[in-house]
Amino acid sequence: MSAASYNFAYLDEQSKRMIRRAILKAIAIPGYQVPFASREMPMPYGWGTGGIQVTAAILGPDDVLKVIDQGSDDTTNAVSIRAFFAKVADVKTTTATADATVIQTRHRVPETPLSDRQILVYQVPIPEPLRFLEPRETETRRLHALADYGLMHVKLYEDIAHHGHIATAYAYPVMVAGRYLMDPSPVPKFDNPKIGGCAALQLFGAGREKRIYAIPPYTRVVSLDFADYPFERYRQQGTCALCGADDTFLDEVVTDDKGGRMFICSDSDYCEKRRETASAKERPHD
Amino acid sequence: MPALSPAFANPVFDTQATFRAVMDAMARPGEIRAVPDALTPPAPLSPSAAALALTLLDYETPFWLDAALGEAEDVARWLRFHTGASVTANPSDAAFAFAADPLALPPLAAFSQGTPDFPDRSTTLVLQVAAFTGGLSLVLSGPGIASHRDFAPSPLAPGFADELRANAGRFPCGVDIVFAGPGSVAALPRSTRIEEDR
Repeated sequence: MSAASYNFAYLDEQSKRMIRRAILKAIAIPGYQVPFASREMPMPYGWGTGGIQVTAAILGPDDVLKVIDQGSDDTTNAVSIRAFFAKVADVKTTTATADATVIQTRHRVPETPLSDRQILVYQVPIPEPLRFLEPRETETRRLHALADYGLMHVKLYEDIAHHGHIATAYAYPVMVAGRYLMDPSPVPKFDNPKIGGCAALQLFGAGREKRIYAIPPYTRVVSLDFADYPFERYRQQGTCALCGADDTFLDEVVTDDKGGRMFICSDSDYCEKRRETASAKERPHD
Repeated sequence: MPALSPAFANPVFDTQATFRAVMDAMARPGEIRAVPDALTPPAPLSPSAAALALTLLDYETPFWLDAALGEAEDVARWLRFHTGASVTANPSDAAFAFAADPLALPPLAAFSQGTPDFPDRSTTLVLQVAAFTGGLSLVLSGPGIASHRDFAPSPLAPGFADELRANAGRFPCGVDIVFAGPGSVAALPRSTRIEEDR
């Protein structure tokens, strides 16, 4: 079916303008959550409507779009969002990280380093890092205004008191450009070091919570920690059963009901590229 | 009343291209990005400033014009007709401010600064400049800049570097500035620090 009955990239032009203005403010105030008039999208809140609205507002006909869900190009959320934009914006799509100009992601940062001509769009469920510590929006807003982030340090301290280490494994809080406390969306803390100093522009969209925030390229992003309990990356001990990588973030896959399991790269494109390179090397020249 | 010149021939794609240019410029302060320049707005509104207006203004965004633009009756009429935005005489009420004469600019503090709770409720200033070289030579650093970047829009008032420093000092409040040069734009968001000026 032809999608000619939609405006380019689904949203009407006034909605795009409103989102574009919010994006400019978000870039100018790194880590600050800009309220925006989130629109109803043809899928439920929680399926990435914030990321989709940001992507729709920035996308042009020459863009090449990649969509990942927990690192993978072939899970339901990734496939359906990719198909959505192929239909309503007629853009080229790809699974290759290096070929994409816009990458929409749910809960991972690609393993391949991003370049300065790429934009990473995160889908964010709960943008407010202080929300589970202080439920009132009026109060969290005031805490951000005063840069009063003692609550979060107490939370991390309680982690240490209960567990002996900082047990927060994902959505690990960061300070952006030394000013705003920010939730990097539920990426594993393994990905936190890739967020700071990144060459690509990073945009965050929370549809249900109606917030957009951003990290400009090469911005200082620091994971909160203590001098005696420094921030540590975490990955499963092991190597990828498919490509043999020992430095990527791994998914644990249960293979039978007798305790069998394997670890594979969470980033499906990175894993495939490594296997292609390896098999090209092994193949004899004819 | 003379007929108004048309807006973008293809509003969907021309505004998208303009937005990506200004978004990229805002994300990389001091870098220069080309914008579509087929517009012929009434003088002294420049084609690149007009492209920004058509991309970002609508009924939600009151705009302010400096004396040079405000005295040309057709500029406000052109902007109102094509965007639906209303004009305001008070710079602190403006979501966007347009200035054709960078040497006769009111203090940046006269524009809306946002509040500590809502720093996004501030004015974005579109400043028309003749060139991106040969002006006040600034060395920039901060978010969006790997180490340092040179930026020399022209013309700018001699005291403008101090204005910019005071503006950055009000962070997270403050105004963001988009420089509209010939066929291109560059930006100085409030987060950018001015290391040196010569």
